[in-house]
Amino acid sequence: MSPAIKVKNLSKKYKIGKQRGRYKTFREAIGDTFLFPIRKLSHPFKNSFSGTTEEKEIWALRDVSFEVQPGEVIGIIGRNGVGKTTLLKILSKITQPTIGRVEIRGRVGSLLEVGTGFHPELTGRENIYLNGSILGMRKAEIDRSFDEIVAFSEIEKFLDTPVKAYSSGMYVRLAFSIAAQLKPEILLVDEVLAVGDASFQKKCLNRMQDVGQEGRTVLFVSHNMPAIRSLCSRAILLDQGVIQYQGETRQVVQHYLGSDDRLLGQRVWTDKDRPGNHAFHLKSVKLRNASGEEVSAINISEEARIEIEYELIQEGGRAQFSLMLYDADGYCVFSSMSNTEPNFYGKPMGTGDYSSSCHLYGNLLNAGRFHVSLTGSSTYWTDSFTIDCVISFDAIDDGVLKGDYYGVSGGVVKPKLSWETVHK
Amino acid sequence: MKEEPYTVIEPRRNWSLINIRELIHYRELLYFLTWRDIKVRYRQAVLGAAWAILQPILYMVVFSIFLGKLVKMPSEGIPYSIFVFAGLLPWLFFSNAVSSAGQSLVGSSHLITKVYFPRIFIPTAKIVTTLLDFMVSTLVIFIMLPFYDMALTWNIFLLLVLIFLTLLCAIGVGSFLSALNVEYRDFQYVTPFMIQIWMFCSPVVYPVSIVPERWRWVLTLNPMTGIIDGYRAAFLGKAIDWEGLGISGVTVVLIFIIGLSYFMKVEERFADII
Repeated sequence: MSPAIKVKNLSKKYKIGKQRGRYKTFREAIGDTFLFPIRKLSHPFKNSFSGTTEEKEIWALRDVSFEVQPGEVIGIIGRNGVGKTTLLKILSKITQPTIGRVEIRGRVGSLLEVGTGFHPELTGRENIYLNGSILGMRKAEIDRSFDEIVAFSEIEKFLDTPVKAYSSGMYVRLAFSIAAQLKPEILLVDEVLAVGDASFQKKCLNRMQDVGQEGRTVLFVSHNMPAIRSLCSRAILLDQGVIQYQGETRQVVQHYLGSDDRLLGQRVWTDKDRPGNHAFHLKSVKLRNASGEEVSAINISEEARIEIEYELIQEGGRAQFSLMLYDADGYCVFSSMSNTEPNFYGKPMGTGDYSSSCHLYGNLLNAGRFHVSLTGSSTYWTDSFTIDCVISFDAIDDGVLKGDYYGVSGGVVKPKLSWETVHK
Repeated sequence: MKEEPYTVIEPRRNWSLINIRELIHYRELLYFLTWRDIKVRYRQAVLGAAWAILQPILYMVVFSIFLGKLVKMPSEGIPYSIFVFAGLLPWLFFSNAVSSAGQSLVGSSHLITKVYFPRIFIPTAKIVTTLLDFMVSTLVIFIMLPFYDMALTWNIFLLLVLIFLTLLCAIGVGSFLSALNVEYRDFQYVTPFMIQIWMFCSPVVYPVSIVPERWRWVLTLNPMTGIIDGYRAAFLGKAIDWEGLGISGVTVVLIFIIGLSYFMKVEERFADII
């Protein structure tokens, strides 16, 4: 059977320096045209047309080759910045490859973001048609799925109000329910499940499961290892633009998680590579114990906190976080969102430095190795970025709860629960 | 058995032809993008639909006072007010189309980096929106005619050809500018100035006859010259200058081809540099 997707020697080169981060200006182009002969004379062996900045090139993808059979659900995993989104963008025709060839059999639907093209002035009803059309659905298809979209999103009462009045939850629900109606033969999904509350994420995962069972071919980029494990039959691990490992999901995931043996309770970024979005940039993520010290190991009976330092650069912007804790097998222990934060959540913030801390109870976790994934977003949980394995640490059983028991207890959590006995 | 779409993605060579099949496949999106622009504009602006009519009328009043009455600009025997109005309608169509198209790509960066569809629809949607404004404002000139004791002539059928030519010209220039703005982000400051100069080089507020014969060829380099003159012939019944129109037609086709080619050349890199 012919493969649904065939990728051969795919490579993508980006220029950084002049082209990224700094716009070319017409003024410079004109100046360069005149100065070119002069520059060429003084530097006869320099290759660049313009001498104003050095242009560095990086390969976002290097010689990537793989095949996907019709009906397969493939997970694409790897740390941030390894080229996963670039791969999806090339398969979606959003950006062109530098070298290589891709052959695709079937209609392609891309979900790189929820709510693409939503306009705040238009009503929910209008945005359904707009967004659906942008995603590639025909008007007739949207008409047919209209009622289902409204039902799934639960916004029936607000269908004819402008979307700018929606809460963030409504916005995301509507956006996803439109995307969920996409029925192409091949579906490319990028981390869209990372935002929203727990019940919403569950809804999304169920939908993804249905899609897989409908026999569609799916390429799924995610940091959510349990989701990858449950949805995907095969996985591809990317590292620095190259396929490091591919094969059966369980093995690839283990390879990925086990590859980072360093325990790092602190992650600090330099000025140049701070992750972020248009509203804020992260400066550091640190694990601190009950005494406030920066540590890579905590006692399970004591409180600890995960401190996120960031700089808000957009006046009136928001910084919202979703933190997920994973155990050594990649199972999510819990996720927590910063929307219960009393001081700043939901209010526009002034520019400057902030520190957001997530407080962990003592007597919650069991002993073991854990790592943290952090998702930062702005208003309506949009403009998200995720850093997986941002910090990792050991939780050590200091014996406080053990009392007179000397064995090992199972369970991911070890909460201190109260017991009560009554004589009947 | 229904044929499966088979797509090949490869590094594209520089000069490739427009994929007509793809444009037809995505045709509904052009409708929705235009519909969105119209709805948003009429919902946001207090004046909304009125602006399409007010803009040429206000210009007409100002020009009539300063150029018509004070400077006593000749207008080929036609009352100056309606003479300038007939020139303003196509000019505003063209200049508004080109201005809004020019910024359209940069303004849609969130779409371009997240989803694929033929990018030409983005500036085109803006141009079609402007066309609708133009249609609305032509109603005004039909109402004005009886007040000047003028009537429509058979020339009015030339309008279809003229609208088609203006569209081609707007798409050619608009797509060129929109791609240029993606590549050189500071060009947006040059655009308003360029359009102003272009207006003075077109017979909007003055007739072609005011220019001495031996310099008239300079004016014919501007495709809008023949076109605007043609609109005057269509609305006001003056003689059609077929030669001028023919030259404009050829120039417009050239502009269309060049503009679109540049657009498609830069299109491959839009998502990377926007």
